[in-house]
Amino acid sequence: MLRYTLRRLLGAIPTLFLVVVLAFLLVHAAPGGPFDAERALPAEIEANIAAAYHLDEPLPMQFLRYVGGVVQGDFGPSYSYRDYTVSELIGRSFPISLRLGILAMLLATIVGVSLGIVAALRRNSPLDTVVMGLAMTGISIPVFVIAPVLVLLFAVKLQWLPASWMGSEGGSRLLLPVVSLALPQVAYVARLTRASLIEVLASDFIRTARAQGLGTAAIVRYHALKPAMLPVLSYMGPAVAAVLTGSVVVEEIFGIPGLGQLFVRGSLNRDYTLVLGVVIFYAALIVLLNLVVDLLYGAIDPRIRRR
Amino acid sequence: MKPFRLLLPILVMLAAAPIVLQGCGDRGSREEPPTGAPMLNRALSTEPESLDPQKSRSVQAADVLRDIGEGLVTYSASGELVPGTADSWEMSEDGLTYTFRIRPDARWSNGDPVTAADFVFGLRRLVDPATAAFYAAELGNVVNAEAIVAGEMPPEDLGVTAKDERTLVISLVRPTPYLLSLLTHPSTFPVHRESAELHGDAFARAGNLISNGAYELVDWEQGAVIELRRNEHYWNDAATSIDVVRHHVVTQEMAEFNRYRAGELHITSTVPPENFEQIRADYAGELHIYPTNGVYYYGFNMTRPPFADNPELRQALSMAIDREVLVEAITGRGEAPAYSWVPPGIDNYDPVRLPYTELSQQERNAIARNLYRKAGYGKDNPLRFELRYNTSDTQQRIALAVQAMWRKVLGAEAQLVNVEFRVLLDQMREREVTQVFRSSWFGDYNDANTFLAIMQSDSAANTPGYSNPEYDELMKSAGAQLDLDRRRLYLEEAERVLLADHVVIPLYIYVSKHLVSPVVQGWQDNILNYHYSQHLSLGDAEPDGRP
Repeated sequence: MLRYTLRRLLGAIPTLFLVVVLAFLLVHAAPGGPFDAERALPAEIEANIAAAYHLDEPLPMQFLRYVGGVVQGDFGPSYSYRDYTVSELIGRSFPISLRLGILAMLLATIVGVSLGIVAALRRNSPLDTVVMGLAMTGISIPVFVIAPVLVLLFAVKLQWLPASWMGSEGGSRLLLPVVSLALPQVAYVARLTRASLIEVLASDFIRTARAQGLGTAAIVRYHALKPAMLPVLSYMGPAVAAVLTGSVVVEEIFGIPGLGQLFVRGSLNRDYTLVLGVVIFYAALIVLLNLVVDLLYGAIDPRIRRR
Repeated sequence: MKPFRLLLPILVMLAAAPIVLQGCGDRGSREEPPTGAPMLNRALSTEPESLDPQKSRSVQAADVLRDIGEGLVTYSASGELVPGTADSWEMSEDGLTYTFRIRPDARWSNGDPVTAADFVFGLRRLVDPATAAFYAAELGNVVNAEAIVAGEMPPEDLGVTAKDERTLVISLVRPTPYLLSLLTHPSTFPVHRESAELHGDAFARAGNLISNGAYELVDWEQGAVIELRRNEHYWNDAATSIDVVRHHVVTQEMAEFNRYRAGELHITSTVPPENFEQIRADYAGELHIYPTNGVYYYGFNMTRPPFADNPELRQALSMAIDREVLVEAITGRGEAPAYSWVPPGIDNYDPVRLPYTELSQQERNAIARNLYRKAGYGKDNPLRFELRYNTSDTQQRIALAVQAMWRKVLGAEAQLVNVEFRVLLDQMREREVTQVFRSSWFGDYNDANTFLAIMQSDSAANTPGYSNPEYDELMKSAGAQLDLDRRRLYLEEAERVLLADHVVIPLYIYVSKHLVSPVVQGWQDNILNYHYSQHLSLGDAEPDGRP
């Protein structure tokens, strides 16, 4: 297990390097520079700024300088937050996105799996139709519609919850963003659980268990749920990454100082170092999450561990 | 058959969720202001890039900096020039030397006195190439400034000297009637030398920054908020009413409006374009619309066909646009149609208007058709060109309307090309692919020079690539005048030449749009759209119960 983990981690290094190279070329290929604005600058001042950020050097030179820094854990100074470094910005914003993402995934899993089980056991009943209908709606409505509607209802009309991150210091400010983020995931998880559980319940070993006289509750709890969770689990790895990266819209709407909005602002401002830093960080995160999912797979399904 | 027994542990976990949520409340470095202390919540439409007075660039950074710093001269709540950290000044007879007296009670936020040397330090820092300041060129008229920016002289040679602790002398190479207005700009703010030398480039960060304005910086949570606290050492602290100011970063207009409605913001940075009429009706007493010193325009690429050397064609396109329809039906948020390059309301200036301003749109269209034909275009040979604008709903709506007007009046076929903002800037500067492009210009200070100077042939911001020796000559003559009235005549003549050449099509004058809560007192609309927190106070809620 340890050797496997180590091998996977070492194998990630070329992947990450490729990501760095591609991201570096792409951000520099985008037209426009980090310091362009409607009021164009006199040539001398532009030269001074370019020199201060080494933007006057040839691209290969800039790349070496950048990679040299990254290897030492230095992602460079941000161009759009001129008094802060990229590492500081990521360090400050990621914990917020992480907390948001974990709570959203927790909520999505608990609610999604429960709904999926209920729907699978009451297959083709009115309850199943209602649950799956809701799930379909949840998948179909984009988060940039759900979030403002929640704000209008709970913050503007009812005034129960804050409309934004800064609207309150307490935990209540997390509720609306977490629910907005979790809703589409709830829907996915519920549908996956239902489909997978139905399939498992139809398999031979479940029939054997039934023949031995076990009740449905025991069958689901002791025999069916574990194998049924495999597809859900494999969905979770990418989903956690998607929730962490895809919280951009939610962060913008609620004014949450997370990593997603930092990334968007960085790209719009051609903040090369910030964009690169976040891309590398995300890439590493996805590699890591995939590894975690694979290890969990082994824990749930002994057949994989043996192989 | 009891599947719900399975759900029990899940339900328990769900019930525990609020506890998890509660435990996750952020306890950042921001300390809670004492309860009951007046706190103002205002919005910034984009996040400042820096609070370093010399390095920052955006309008939003300047908005925050005007709260935490102060120049030699500053603005009153209504936008009048008033003494700032200097309590008096005099100009020599030739207009080339200004002597400022620093207030004896001017203090930094740590209690140190603000001295003339602090201003010298800040101004040298502004022109020093090592600082790489965006606004370094603004001081161009100060002795040796241009050579220092170009790296040909050390910053110590700048024509700014501290005669003693309280006396600052600024020497100029040519008269600069707008110098006082320049000295209100954050890029000319003083810098606390000791902390700048101690912290280096990090001196403007929260916790390090020592400032000389009515407020000091407490915390900056990127992407969310910049928090300021009253500076008790400020010379005019007695006049400050609000203790804590939070500048919230709110990029989405609809989200901003909802936060205002939820009572989380006292002042918005704009209002959403959707349902503007509804907002105008529902928030009549809270909506503040006022013209600014910014102009929205379409520019011609003057260096390439078909618009180079073709003033008749440019004039035809300019005349065929019905600006009244544009501002009423398309932009529709109180904008004023623009018939001049310099917006109305600028000090010491009376904008020249386009020669056809007095004509009706029908008359304009008739003349435009004639000019279009004279330029060699017609039904069988329509003019085809590209209109470039940055991707956004507003730009698109305006471009579609203008495209339709050109087609209807002239039969000209404009192809709409939208590109991302930075891409457009790049293309405007290269002048390779641009033909007609959308842009805007906001004055840096309250003087016509900030608009007219950019159209000089050697200006970096001259995106059309306009080059007319007569215009350059008039601008040079204006720059040599000491007498404000004579200078004004030269500037007005220059604008007349510019407008007659139809280099740009001014479309409308921008307006500032704020929702201001009824509890905010002391708000005064002004053309600069400057609203210092120190001039505001918070009263009781209005009788109708709105926050």
